[in-house]
Amino acid sequence: MKPRRFDYVRPDTVAEAIALLAEHGEEAKVLAGGQSLMAMLNLRLLEPAVLIDIARLTELDTIKITGDKVEVGAAVIQNRLKDWPELAAKLPLLAKALPYVGHFQTRNKGTVCGSVAHADPSSEIPLTLATLGGEVVLRSRRGTRTVAAAEFQRGMLTTAREGDELITTVRFPVQSGSRVAFREVARRHGDFAIIAVAASVESASTKGAEVVRVGIGGVADRPAVRRIVIDGPGAAKSAFEALAWELEGYDDIHASARLRRDLLRRVGPAVVEEALQCAA
Amino acid sequence: MRRVNKDERARIAFTLNGRAVSGDAEPRMLLTDFLRHVIGATGTHVGCEHGVCGCCTVLIDGAAVRSCLTLAVQAEGRSITTVESLAAADGTLNVLQKAFQQHHALQCGFCTPGILMSFTDYLARNPHPTEDEIREILSGHLCRCTGYAGPIAAVLAASGGMPNTTQERINEESRSQP
Repeated sequence: MKPRRFDYVRPDTVAEAIALLAEHGEEAKVLAGGQSLMAMLNLRLLEPAVLIDIARLTELDTIKITGDKVEVGAAVIQNRLKDWPELAAKLPLLAKALPYVGHFQTRNKGTVCGSVAHADPSSEIPLTLATLGGEVVLRSRRGTRTVAAAEFQRGMLTTAREGDELITTVRFPVQSGSRVAFREVARRHGDFAIIAVAASVESASTKGAEVVRVGIGGVADRPAVRRIVIDGPGAAKSAFEALAWELEGYDDIHASARLRRDLLRRVGPAVVEEALQCAA
Repeated sequence: MRRVNKDERARIAFTLNGRAVSGDAEPRMLLTDFLRHVIGATGTHVGCEHGVCGCCTVLIDGAAVRSCLTLAVQAEGRSITTVESLAAADGTLNVLQKAFQQHHALQCGFCTPGILMSFTDYLARNPHPTEDEIREILSGHLCRCTGYAGPIAAVLAASGGMPNTTQERINEESRSQP
């Protein structure tokens, strides 16, 4: 289908974009890569009065290391971050997750921040951001605020962004270790994940126990992040058994809640094991 | 600041296959429709119109993207490359197209322009891909008649990875089955 009519505006600066958002608020939608938004417009699931195109804002097209964070601007496309030479060293978990994001052809246009803004519960980038304890930077005429990823994503396609705010940057904390794993189950590579599991080993082994931070996508209405203490065989299995019931899962055309729980019980411990097996 | 109001038609200009083109479009017009209906370049096909099938894949500044998830107005000033650019002016097919022909990588041809454009971008980045890498790129396309063995063989052949024919490949696969 074709989108309904809208006004198209392409500001030349971030300041102009923010002024437009202040003027139009909830009536406007921000267009960056458009890999979710354009599909929703074509299907007429959304009918904004105004589209504000930020894809060409060079101020937002930057990947920067500032202290212990990697800052990714709102115009950075997913394939650019995937091919960033520092990625595997600074953000090994994200390096494992990004190849699962959509297809090569959609990563050529889709943005990192756009994926966070869209907040699909099965989406890999918001899952990784939440698992690593990252944050989202929002700017409006009222000022700039930073929201932890865990508080940013509120539910199915719902975030803490106010109508007049622009996501300018997301910040991923640089990882100290590289013992990570990421896996998802989908009908076909590049399709929406039925479930996705991310794992990052937090600390070196002490007294035989290890702490693993796990992120689970596609089961609840937003990424679920937990710390699991692995203090013996069967620890991961029982942790995911409990998590499967806690997160419940949901039914949609791709899978039933029951299948999601079952997949989580099988895939979760395997992903934790893979992370633990990584060389430190 | 560029602004086009919803009832306006704006003059959109960009480079198509090395040639300057322009036409008028409402803001909501998709690049697919602009190429086909305004410019008359009908090589780019329209399938699902929500980014799933990959038929409409074109290059924007060299990168393979879905033209159905792109507004015509977003293409302003860009360089667009479509399937019409691949063959020589006299109709001689390029290496990739020839390989598709030789390996029976198409029957109805509806999805083919998009697949060719994806691999035009990908082979420029990775001239000698593995079969797994080819499968991953091909996962961004849906083919409803030929299947994927032919296109995989064609891309391998075009990239020098596997000069043998699809039939030889099928024979090899059937031999390796337990």
